[in-house]
Amino acid sequence: MLLEINDIHVHYGKIAALKGISVEVDEGEIVTLIGANGAGKTTTLKTVSGLRPLSSGSIRFAGADISKMPGHKRVLAGIGQSPEGRGVFPGMTVEENLLMGAYARRGDFSQELAEVYELFPRLAERKSQAGGTMSGGEQQMLAIGRALMAKPKVLLLDEPSMGLAPKLVQQIFSIIVEINRRGTTVLLVEQNASQALQIAHRAYVLETGRVVKSAPAADLLDDPQVRAAYLGGGADAQVGTDTPAGGPAADASPSVAREVSEEAPLVAAPETVEEDDTPSSS
Amino acid sequence: MSGVASRRRGVGFSLDPLRDRWESAPGWARWVVYLLLIVGALLLPSQGIGSFMAPGESDWPTMLSDQIGIYVLLGLGLNVVVGMAGLLDLGYVAFYAVGGYTIAIFATKYHWSFWETLILAILTASLAGVLLGAPTLRLRGDYLAIVTLGFGEIVRVTANNLDYVNGPRGVQGIPHPPSLSEWTVAGTDIQPFKYGLLDSRPYYYLLVFLIVLAIIFVKRLEMSRVGRAWASIREDEDAAELMGVPTFKFKLAAFAIGAAIGGSGGVVFAAKQTSINPGSFTFMVSALVLAGVVLGGSGNIPGVIVGAFLLAWLPERFRGLSDYRMLIFGLALVAMMIFRPEGLWPSRQRKAELAEGTGGMGSMGAEVAGPGTAAEVTK
Repeated sequence: MLLEINDIHVHYGKIAALKGISVEVDEGEIVTLIGANGAGKTTTLKTVSGLRPLSSGSIRFAGADISKMPGHKRVLAGIGQSPEGRGVFPGMTVEENLLMGAYARRGDFSQELAEVYELFPRLAERKSQAGGTMSGGEQQMLAIGRALMAKPKVLLLDEPSMGLAPKLVQQIFSIIVEINRRGTTVLLVEQNASQALQIAHRAYVLETGRVVKSAPAADLLDDPQVRAAYLGGGADAQVGTDTPAGGPAADASPSVAREVSEEAPLVAAPETVEEDDTPSSS
Repeated sequence: MSGVASRRRGVGFSLDPLRDRWESAPGWARWVVYLLLIVGALLLPSQGIGSFMAPGESDWPTMLSDQIGIYVLLGLGLNVVVGMAGLLDLGYVAFYAVGGYTIAIFATKYHWSFWETLILAILTASLAGVLLGAPTLRLRGDYLAIVTLGFGEIVRVTANNLDYVNGPRGVQGIPHPPSLSEWTVAGTDIQPFKYGLLDSRPYYYLLVFLIVLAIIFVKRLEMSRVGRAWASIREDEDAAELMGVPTFKFKLAAFAIGAAIGGSGGVVFAAKQTSINPGSFTFMVSALVLAGVVLGGSGNIPGVIVGAFLLAWLPERFRGLSDYRMLIFGLALVAMMIFRPEGLWPSRQRKAELAEGTGGMGSMGAEVAGPGTAAEVTK
């Protein structure tokens, strides 16, 4: 096993976010964690990359226990992450962002840089543009490309489809498959369960901090329970979610509603979401 | 909201053409400009400039050495913490005080020379930075600001209650720096290396020397791996950690370096005044220096110098308006923040960060569609 997460518990203050999650990722796989908001998907990824401390349990990577290793050292060990909300450095240009991805490494990065530009031709066109001025989809590409610059053994992707138009989601997912085909193991966290299950080899279903199901992704696609809860299964489920389409409800409701509402904000969504941040946080 | 954005663009003047010229300028041209700036700084205390800058009873060279020079040096130090690493420090005066009290104690009680205490103060101030930083740098944003604010007060209150440094009466009889040479600039009465009671100019020249040293040091750091690490921490701390930047270590380094520069300012201040007391190290100093950094363009060295200069000079220049000057000063600050929130002379990178909206504080949380979203879509 390349990455073994053994019964980890993580707390935010006194609130338990993860109540014993065990996940295994083998070399060359795409493994996905699906689940609703608050299930603990992002926390699991943050714990693997070292942004959250463990309360108990252990994480083993490439045979070594990394539970106590600080986050910045895990990058050199081979864990690369594209964080939730992309985490692109807004004031740096695209190229500077990518070079930050190789910060922990020494030497010549021109080959990796060329590879990232080949995977994402869009980034090559925008080399000298500030990261913060790009659209949501471009920022997602940049976040993934930046993580690849560290030459990770395993790539952790946190909601790469978040806030993107369906067409872009397709594109991002096909690039993830391509990255995996070139030899990088992928651990993917997604709310867009149907997309994630289509490209993943195996999947774990998370609910309120626990793994409730784990199986090959193809099996979960046909699993009636999973279909009902996460894939917007039967026709009546879709009819029921017609009304809250669009607007703020999209993020708060589980994936069933998301499937439908995703089409409502379409292209406008990524830009406006960012502008909306301005008054509150600056 | 987009209305606000376009208005901002309408009001602000852009320095981009100037910046492009500068970036494409050959190396020798830059050195000429640097030299001219230093010469200009050295000529600044002259009578001709002083009659405009400080008319009336106030002494321009004294204003330069006691106010402007000190504030510019402190501004450069705080800029490392706030502008480069993006850590909001509201207690920066603490390091200034540590520097001042270091020379007060070691010069009066142990008879160390000025230059020895200067080095020692730089070390003790950076040690104070590490001591403050080690437990508190796990906090972020507002929480860090509150803790540093507390630290600034702790240092002042401690000095106020410590009999060893005479409590509120402070320490008197701090010696001036020993004179380096009696040399007189030809044709004038200036003895730039003779530190006495009457002439403020030598202290100003000493400050110019420290400022130039600080600029070179900070600028070199900015262009190195350290500077890149600070920029990434400022823009998104979690993402920086994910890139393999040891964020805690670099934040601590920013605190220590900023503190060292502040400490050196405290030493010159104490040696010039020959006495210090806790009343010189109030929160007002932290607030003014921070205002200078933000007003000038946090993260951009020329901007910070301009900001600190204006903040130290304007209230002194308009002393004639007596009590109203602080009111006008406050209004000017508010107006600045409305019309040019990125500062008078921001760096290009900093401007892009502010435009993005996180203001460099980073946002890893989910982007949740808010009430404003629907309105934006319809436009």
